[in-house]
Amino acid sequence: MKHTSLVLTGSGGQGVITAAIILAEAAVIHEGMNATQTQSYGAAARGGSTRADIIISGSPIFFPGVSQPNILVCLTQEAYTEFSSIIRPGGILLTDSRFVTLAKKVDANQIQLPLYDTVMEKIGKPIVFNICLLGALLGINAIVRPESVMEVIKTRVPADFVAMNNRALDIGLVLGANRETGRSLPADG
Amino acid sequence: MTERIEFVQGNEACVEGALYAGLEFFAGYPITPSTEVAELLSERLPQRGGRFIQMEDEIASMCAIIGASLTGRKVMTATSGPGFSLKQEAIGYACMAEIPCVIVNVQRGGPSTGNPTHVSQGDVNQARWGTHGDHAVIALTASNHQDVFAMTVDAFNLAETYRTPVILLFDEVIGHMREKLVVPEKGEIAIVDRLRTSVGKDVDYHPYLPREDGRLPMSDFGGDHRYNVTGLFHDMWGFPSNDPRVVRDLLHHLVDKIETNVGAISRYREHHLEGADYVMISYGSSARSAIHMAEHRRERGERIGVLELQSLWPFPEELVRGKCRGAKGVIVVEMNMGQVMRQVRACVDAPEKVFLANRIDGKLITPADIKAVLRVIQGKGV
Repeated sequence: MKHTSLVLTGSGGQGVITAAIILAEAAVIHEGMNATQTQSYGAAARGGSTRADIIISGSPIFFPGVSQPNILVCLTQEAYTEFSSIIRPGGILLTDSRFVTLAKKVDANQIQLPLYDTVMEKIGKPIVFNICLLGALLGINAIVRPESVMEVIKTRVPADFVAMNNRALDIGLVLGANRETGRSLPADG
Repeated sequence: MTERIEFVQGNEACVEGALYAGLEFFAGYPITPSTEVAELLSERLPQRGGRFIQMEDEIASMCAIIGASLTGRKVMTATSGPGFSLKQEAIGYACMAEIPCVIVNVQRGGPSTGNPTHVSQGDVNQARWGTHGDHAVIALTASNHQDVFAMTVDAFNLAETYRTPVILLFDEVIGHMREKLVVPEKGEIAIVDRLRTSVGKDVDYHPYLPREDGRLPMSDFGGDHRYNVTGLFHDMWGFPSNDPRVVRDLLHHLVDKIETNVGAISRYREHHLEGADYVMISYGSSARSAIHMAEHRRERGERIGVLELQSLWPFPEELVRGKCRGAKGVIVVEMNMGQVMRQVRACVDAPEKVFLANRIDGKLITPADIKAVLRVIQGKGV
């Protein structure tokens, strides 16, 4: 049974938590999967570090924490330093080239993409950076269908903003699909 | 109308359950990690003609729902940690005056303001004995959002059936985690409505005179009948009395109506319990880790199962004794210093075989934490 665990890390205000919720909700509502989403609560706010754990599975999910994610996203240098070691061997470590300088070698498929810079260049609005990130994730690993993510986005953003989010998702999908791959994707589970 | 699939926090599942059960009045004072319950109800309840009031504090919130319940409404409040402490005196009043109400406590670390944003299950005994004096109470809990919904509906039903406060003991992980919830269609789960007296207007009504089946029909306060409500021991009219017989009989009634119905009130789930050598007993978010571990161990052929308690008070002693009989070891998995473990030890045949797997640092107990305890019990070391 398909089973994916993800940890998304970054800084408060980057939309990490929102992206996590949208992805998991898409899996549950539009793909008939099970999913759990948890996040670190505390004095974290804009600028503080944030972390969201997601499990998406065809089977029931009991323990909702993720200790070794298949997919780890780090959107700040701080998050990269703190969390890069938890990646499951052979997993995918996705970072943004504007915010993270790759420093250490981990046993993972490290993918560095210019998500933020491309969003700013083509759309000019940082608010859809997190949606571009979701697109990149789906371009790298078809966790859910992009259409499912768009269905969720439509319920969460004003109608005037749907097209912009769609563009951001597409930009991410292309960047993710055209990445330079180091190795093949890890097996499910 | 078809069933609705949602991806929501546990606190939202609680709100959905309360609305399904017919909640009409909520008074509260928001506090982490229960805040979303009040936040969502402030929007949802007025939309369907109910009333939401943010009170000046937790004491007033508890008193407000008691008053509203007396007038015939289904009522709820939600709180956590210090807020639950503040409500205790009024919870005792609701026990004594037999006023149906639901109190949600999304547990966080304590005592005092404690660890506001982190998980704990440290209020289990407070739910039982937080208010003073002999009394009985009902407390339910849940490990997943479908059960949060179901237990919330049950809480309202039990509150009406037994005319008692019912406490929903959730925890921070369940309250904040998001997962799937299928909101059932109307009518799929039975709803217990207020039992109202058939005594007509201007005819003598005895608010505390039980029917033959022991239940006490209510009359909406401020309506057809004038009667007295008090926290003092009282007679069938509701007037204060210190007549020894009245005092003794009322206390017997308050305790017996719940303690003699443990079987009807008990709610639980079994996970791989058949033929289990090792029985884990757990509840709330801790149970998720216990079940996770049992699932994986069963795949490897190990005989380990979980008794998941969904009602903690009245404590299901007969059930626990029966399920633990013959087990090589019983591990109580919880996030406190052994509050349910002591209950288990008190009722099983072999208390020396009952062990505690706990975590008290604000983090959700993990399957690895439980495995470590199991290794020690099995003599395998750490």
